[in-house]
Parts: sequence; structure tokens; C-alpha cells
Amino acid sequence: MTQQSVPMRPLEIRMPETSHDPAIDGVPEALSDKIEIRNLRFYYKKYEALKNINMKLHDKRVTAFIGPSGCGKSTMLRCLNRMYDLYPEQRATGEIIVDGRDILDPKIDLNLLRAKIGMVFQKPTPFPMSIFDNIAFGIRLYEKLPHSELMDRVESALRRAALWTEVKDKLKQSGLGLSGGQQQRLCIARAIAVKPEILLLDEPCSALDPISTQKVEELIAELKSDYCIIMVTHSMQQAARSSDYTAFMYLGELIEFSDTETVFTNPANKRTEDYITGRFG
Amino acid sequence: MTTARSLDLSRYRFRRTRNRLVLGLATAATGFGLLVLAAILFKLIWAGSAALGPSLFTMITPPPDREGGLANAIVGSILITLGGTLLGTPVGIFAGTYLAEYSPGSRFSQLVQFINDILLSAPSIIIGLFIFEVMVIPMHHSSGWAGSVALSILVIPIVVRTTVDMLALVPNSLREAAAALGAPKWKIVTLVCYRAAMQGMLTGVMLAVARISGETAPLLFTALGNNGWSLNMNAPMASLPLVINQFVNDPSEIWNRLAWGGALLITAAILALNITARSLTNLGSMKQ
Repeated sequence: MTQQSVPMRPLEIRMPETSHDPAIDGVPEALSDKIEIRNLRFYYKKYEALKNINMKLHDKRVTAFIGPSGCGKSTMLRCLNRMYDLYPEQRATGEIIVDGRDILDPKIDLNLLRAKIGMVFQKPTPFPMSIFDNIAFGIRLYEKLPHSELMDRVESALRRAALWTEVKDKLKQSGLGLSGGQQQRLCIARAIAVKPEILLLDEPCSALDPISTQKVEELIAELKSDYCIIMVTHSMQQAARSSDYTAFMYLGELIEFSDTETVFTNPANKRTEDYITGRFG
Repeated sequence: MTTARSLDLSRYRFRRTRNRLVLGLATAATGFGLLVLAAILFKLIWAGSAALGPSLFTMITPPPDREGGLANAIVGSILITLGGTLLGTPVGIFAGTYLAEYSPGSRFSQLVQFINDILLSAPSIIIGLFIFEVMVIPMHHSSGWAGSVALSILVIPIVVRTTVDMLALVPNSLREAAAALGAPKWKIVTLVCYRAAMQGMLTGVMLAVARISGETAPLLFTALGNNGWSLNMNAPMASLPLVINQFVNDPSEIWNRLAWGGALLITAAILALNITARSLTNLGSMKQ
């Protein structure tokens, strides 16, 4: 999956304020860019929430967005599957190239786009239906499968989300009856059941207890071999633990974007350093 | 200090007295309301139970001073109410869905909801007259269908209101979650929002049925009434409220007794519907 328009380098780390590419140890070569964001600006009515974002996101890696509340990191995520399109007063300009196509193009079919780019939200959002139907919902939208095959797909999604053993005997019960942590894993299972290529996680653990958080983080580590995972988190520890790359945003700008280790141990920007050391935010 | 304290006490005593007075008045008002309700129910059950018996359900409405029952009126009421519900519910649900899901907050939507609220409290006799003008006069005869159409116009605003209210309670996060899976809008509405709002919407339909099953005015010029046995919705049709209206105004004692029996039946049916609607709502809130 190479970009058509931009010459490829094995790994490109973009740092908006410096042109310097830090050396990275232990990262295998031949990483491909899954998403390239060019001159992205985002507006809530007249308010500019994202200011000229340029970056490349890699396939089969976890990228974390950190930054204080209101810095635009969730907005960033909602651009990537055009969730903002549900609200008429929101709009984005620039380009977001996914596999060579600009997804901000108005001609793009949003339903197909979102089937390819899964999303998990801050609060668990199980549908008011059985656990089985929750998972099958997304599969049924685009595939007509015999029941046995559908069952297999539901089971494998629940297994991958580390939920199968807990729910296998109550698939017909309502998804609303699960605990918060289980509901969130149900939502992750629902998102991966449709076999997306990109997974967007919007503070997936903010409503969870530490044990559930750990399970979700293990799941993220497990899933990244297959997906391009982009995660927004308020927890810097979580970003440090779970991500390969970290982007620090502040007031709608991308301040620093590099591999996670560099951002946390040797940040190039003063504001990044202040934020990760807890001096503001 | 002491003066301040005695001042506080006198203020407290005054407040306590005032509290007792107002509380007493409120209790008395509640008691008065309940007393009226109890008197109505007592009279209804006392007078209505005299008419209860198998013949009430097996025989049709009799000529004056002959024994009979209400079978034709019961069946007519069920058919006309069913017809009104089946005609009005889909329109109400579609309109409510449009207002809540497809144009929420728009000027047009607000205007329609405002007009809907006016329709909700429109005197039902006006609706009867309207259907008389547009249906009965062109068709040259009254009919059960005309009655059903008149009742459906009462159903629509109730169902629109509850559908809009219940869909507004569905959190946006559910819509976003369904959209994030690539579900098109109509599937989000029908598979997710409807399911989340199901109980409330059903309650709305039940309340609408309860409302129209006791309506007399819209049927006076439309269904007209029929003292014979008829299942033909295309012809004048009997219904319980119409029979009550006719029989209670007559000196015949048997007719009067049957009118009370009919009133008791309607009251029991509405009570049952309301209890079902209430328990459906409770069921829904317990699940979440």
C-alpha cells in the first residue's frame, strides 16, 4: 500500500517545527503510510478547531494523540471517518489520503468509508439488542452470510476482543446487561467484526476501571499487527505504554509528532515537554 | 442573643402554622378530587354491573323495553378503533420519525410540531364535522370507515408527539456508533433508534387507543350508529360511546341499564390499556 503521489521513504517522521528526522531503533523497515493528512483544517461553524495539520500515519502501528482538553485530538479522529458529516455546521478542508484516495472528497461514499474505518467511542455504546446481534449488526450491513458462518465471525470477533469466554453462554442476552468494561470490549469486537483496515479509538479506556483498561490495552497490542490503529487518550501513561508513535496537539495545532519514545524522553518542543512532565494540561 | 433567639422561634412558629395550613388545603383538594373519582367509579360499577351477564356480549341492542345486549356495539367499537389505530399509527410514526431524525431543530420541523400540538388539543367534534364534510357527504352515507378515519386524525398527533419525544431520548452516541460501522441513515433509524425507543413509542400508541376508544363526538356524524348486527365497515356501524349516548337519553330502563354496562366496559378497557402502557414503560426503564 504505497502512496501514489509522494515518494516513499521507509519511515517518515514528520515534525512540523523541525526538519530533522530522529533515528529510530528497533522499528522494522518497509512500514507503509496508511493515511496522509495534508493541510487539514476543521471548522465548527466559524471556529477553527484544527489548524493546518500535516502528518502521515503508518499501517500496522499504533499512533496516539495526546494533548489537553479541547486541543482538537478527538476532532482529528472524527475527520478520519468523516463522523463530523452527521452535523451540518461542521466542515473540513484539505486532504486526507487513505490508500491513495482523498476521503474528504464529497463524492466519497461515506457508508463504505466507515465500513473500512472502524471507530470505538469514549463511552461504551452497545445497541439495545442481544450480544450476538450487536456484533452481527455490522457484518449483516455488507455481507449476507449463512447462519453458521455468521456465528463463526461473531465468535472470532469476540475472541479477539477477549470477551468470548465471558459471554459465550449468554449471546442472546441484551448487550446492555454487561459491565462497562465488557461493553467497551463488545464495542471493539463489533468494530473489528466488519474487518476494517483502520481502527479509531476515542479515549477507549476513559470510562473503564484499571483491570478493564489493561485488557483493552492488551487487545490494542494484539490488534496492531493487522490494523492501523489511531488512538486518542488523556492518559500519558497509556500513550507511552500502548503506542508506537505519539502526536502532541495543542490549541488545534500539531506541535510534535514522532515515535513515542522520543516524544516522552527527548521531546523537541518546549510545550510538549511541559505537557508530558505535567506542567500544564 | 436571647432576643434574636425568641425572634427566630416566633418566625419558626409562624412558618410551621403556614405550612400546616397549606398542607391541609392541599390534602383537602386531593381528597376532593379522589372523592369525585370514587363517586364516579362507584356509580359506574354499581349501575353497570346490573347489566353484566352473558347476554350483554351475545345479544344485540334491543328496541325500547325489550331485553338485549351490546354485542353489535362492542364489535363495532373494536373494529372502528382498530381501523383508526391502523390508519393513524403509521402516519404518526413516519411523521414523528421525519421530524425527529431527518429535520430536527429546523424551522419547518418546529412549525409542524407546533401545529401538531394544536391538533392534539383540537375539539374532537370538529374532526367529526370535518370528516363528515370530506367523506360522508361525497359518499352519501355514513360508514364505519368514516368513523375510523375521524378517529385516526385523533391518533396521529398523539403518536407524532410520543415518537418525536422518544426518538429525542435516544442518545446521539448510538447513532454515531451505528454510523461508524457504515450503516446508512435509514438502517440507523429502523434498526437502532426504533429499537431503543420501542417501548415509549408503543406506549404512545396504547395511549392513543385508550383516548379514541372513548370518543363519541367524532363518530356522531361519521359512523352514525346501527341498532342491527353489522360487520360491514362500509355501512353505518354501532359503537359503545354512540349507544351510550343514545340509550342514556331515553326513559327506557333497560336502555339505561345497557348504557351503564357499556360505560363500565369502556372504562375497564381503557384502564387495562393504561396499565399495559404503564407497565411497558416501567419494563423499559428497568432494562436500562
